[in-house]
Amino acid sequence: MKSAFTRNRPLATAVTALVGLPLLLAGCGASSGSAGSENVTEISVMDYYNNEPDKSFIGDALNSCAAEAGVTLKRETVPGKSLISKVLQQSSSKTLPDVLMLDNPDLQQIAATGALAPLSDFKVSTEDFAPGVLSAGTYKDKVYGLAPTVNTIALFYNKDILAKAGVTPPATWDELEAAAAKLTEGDQYGLAFNANPTYEGTWQFLPLMWSNGGDEKNINTPETTQALQLWTDLVKDGSVSSSALNWTQADVNDQFLAGKAAMMVNGPWQIPALSKQPSLQYGVVKIPVREAGQTAVAPLGGEVWTVPQTGNKARQAKAAEIVSCLNSDKNQMSMAKARNTIPSKTSLAETFAKENPKLATFTELVKTARARTGQLGDGWPAQATKIYTAIQAALTGSASPGDALKQAQGQ
Amino acid sequence: MSLAADLSPSKAQSRQHGPAVDQAPLVPRRRNRHRKERLFQWLFLVPAVVYMALFFGYPVVKNVIMSFQDYTTATFFTGEAPWVGVQNYVTVLSSSLFSTSLLNTALFTIGSILGQFVIGLALAIFFQRKFPLNGILRSLLLLPWLLPLIVSSAVWRWILDKDSGALNRFLGDLNIIETGVPWLTSTSLALIAVVGVNIWIGIPFNLTILYGGLQEIPDELYEAGSLDGATGWKAFRYITWPMLKPVVSVVLVLGVVYTLKVLDIILGLTNGGPANSTQTIATQSYALSFQEFKFGEGAALGNVLVIISLVFAVLYLRASRRAVDE
Repeated sequence: MKSAFTRNRPLATAVTALVGLPLLLAGCGASSGSAGSENVTEISVMDYYNNEPDKSFIGDALNSCAAEAGVTLKRETVPGKSLISKVLQQSSSKTLPDVLMLDNPDLQQIAATGALAPLSDFKVSTEDFAPGVLSAGTYKDKVYGLAPTVNTIALFYNKDILAKAGVTPPATWDELEAAAAKLTEGDQYGLAFNANPTYEGTWQFLPLMWSNGGDEKNINTPETTQALQLWTDLVKDGSVSSSALNWTQADVNDQFLAGKAAMMVNGPWQIPALSKQPSLQYGVVKIPVREAGQTAVAPLGGEVWTVPQTGNKARQAKAAEIVSCLNSDKNQMSMAKARNTIPSKTSLAETFAKENPKLATFTELVKTARARTGQLGDGWPAQATKIYTAIQAALTGSASPGDALKQAQGQ
Repeated sequence: MSLAADLSPSKAQSRQHGPAVDQAPLVPRRRNRHRKERLFQWLFLVPAVVYMALFFGYPVVKNVIMSFQDYTTATFFTGEAPWVGVQNYVTVLSSSLFSTSLLNTALFTIGSILGQFVIGLALAIFFQRKFPLNGILRSLLLLPWLLPLIVSSAVWRWILDKDSGALNRFLGDLNIIETGVPWLTSTSLALIAVVGVNIWIGIPFNLTILYGGLQEIPDELYEAGSLDGATGWKAFRYITWPMLKPVVSVVLVLGVVYTLKVLDIILGLTNGGPANSTQTIATQSYALSFQEFKFGEGAALGNVLVIISLVFAVLYLRASRRAVDE
């Protein structure tokens, strides 16, 4: 009896293992299940607004658009950092969602893979959008993604601290250096920005580089060197903490909130946090230019909505309807207001700036803002790496700004 | 390794059972039975083999192939990855960053292991003594191990901040320093700071394993030694150390393999900065693959790291075999 039992057990185990294996493998396979039916009732959406309140703001807009298009929504929100790996995974298993949100500098990268459909295929209007917004959404002359609202960065200043020191908000680099030096005392630094070794560090440097006529294609130029010299001098003079080398934009905002920085470079997404501290009176101006008369060029931020190549034309058409609806005037205005971002259509700018004075400077900047991928497309990540490498080398003093840029460009 | 381990017990078992179960064996039946037995032996192997092939074999092979391809984001959609031979290896090995990363990896590993081991061993010996709260203190020391690495690194990032970090405040209050030390933003200090944090994280592992090893040493040895005058340092030198050696080699080699591939702590603390002063092969490989989307180059650099680890893994296997023999 006992021996029979022992004899059978290995057999049972082996059978279980063998039966289980195909099940396991089947589980890995893709199950897209969209068989080209004309009657689309559900649209899948993926974005990275996984935190409140943005999650609901975007969710509400999506839901109303879905209702308008007569479909229900299956929405998935993933953390920002894992979005791209998720998209790549889905594009290899052919399970991309019907509507996909991407951070704008990633759009060309994904469009280059062939995973996205040009919006012109579905007659989505691209009229009236700010040039920077369109250039961010364009890959090889075709528009693949549209951003309902966008953002950029500017100079925030603490009104009380500046008033006390008798300093007016700076407009040129000289004024910025003088103001930052004057505002630095004790625990308080004149200015805070972020120069960390990530794309965020690059992003904060772009306004200086671009406003001064520098270009990302070749960073080994006198214009970009001048810009990096300014960043380096500010740290060397002690007007900016060398912690900038490791700060994120959120850290920069914390410094400003705590009164440890009189001015900061940051974006409108910090406004909710700043408003939570009513004692803090702040103003926003454009990031200074080297000489009066130069145009302030800011980098364009924000997320674009795209229609992936899922292979099902009917679903794609519905998806395009939703993308189109998200970009309607009404939705642009309401989303921009709720999320402290800027409508991407230029015709809306004036009304919006009037209704939301806190965002007026940003609205002004967006009109001429430049997309990071505008020139280099999917070559941007490599060049962005070079830019932050040079910034880090110069700010730590390992190389002069000129040498740092030269070395980085040559890498 | 685990294949052999999985095989031997089943083999031993079926051999024992075979004849015992069979009371009156006929010759053909026996051959049949024998064949069946072999089949079962193979069936026993199947789960292990499938598991190894699926979760170890496939990724390793895939990674090796990827390192010889121009593997980009487009590959995920189109499945096309042109073969580029050793180009990826040439690119990453000839990059000016490679020597920096290699040196940093070596310094990071040696520094971390040295610190973790010495402090871990000292604490293990300390906890050998009997004193009140011994157990509680020892379990508290495990805390760094229980915290998610991303949490530890975020907290340490605050502690080490130049202007308002707790460490600088503390040193300032003691009048040891006058201005904030830029722990994480100075090219000469950042690696030291990162090593320090990694030591803090690694102490529990070293403490636990070495403490276990110390418990294994029979008390009689110390009693006999003390009769011959071997106490204190001498007892450690001539009894503890030789008896602990097999455990030590295992701890060290495992520690090296764990430390070589450390990624999250460095990313959380400095992101490889400032000016690449904490960039290791692991962080560099991560940046290539997941920030610049050069998956081929990232895989090539990853394989370089795998080969370095492999050297230590072989050392570990030899060390653990010796430990068993002894």
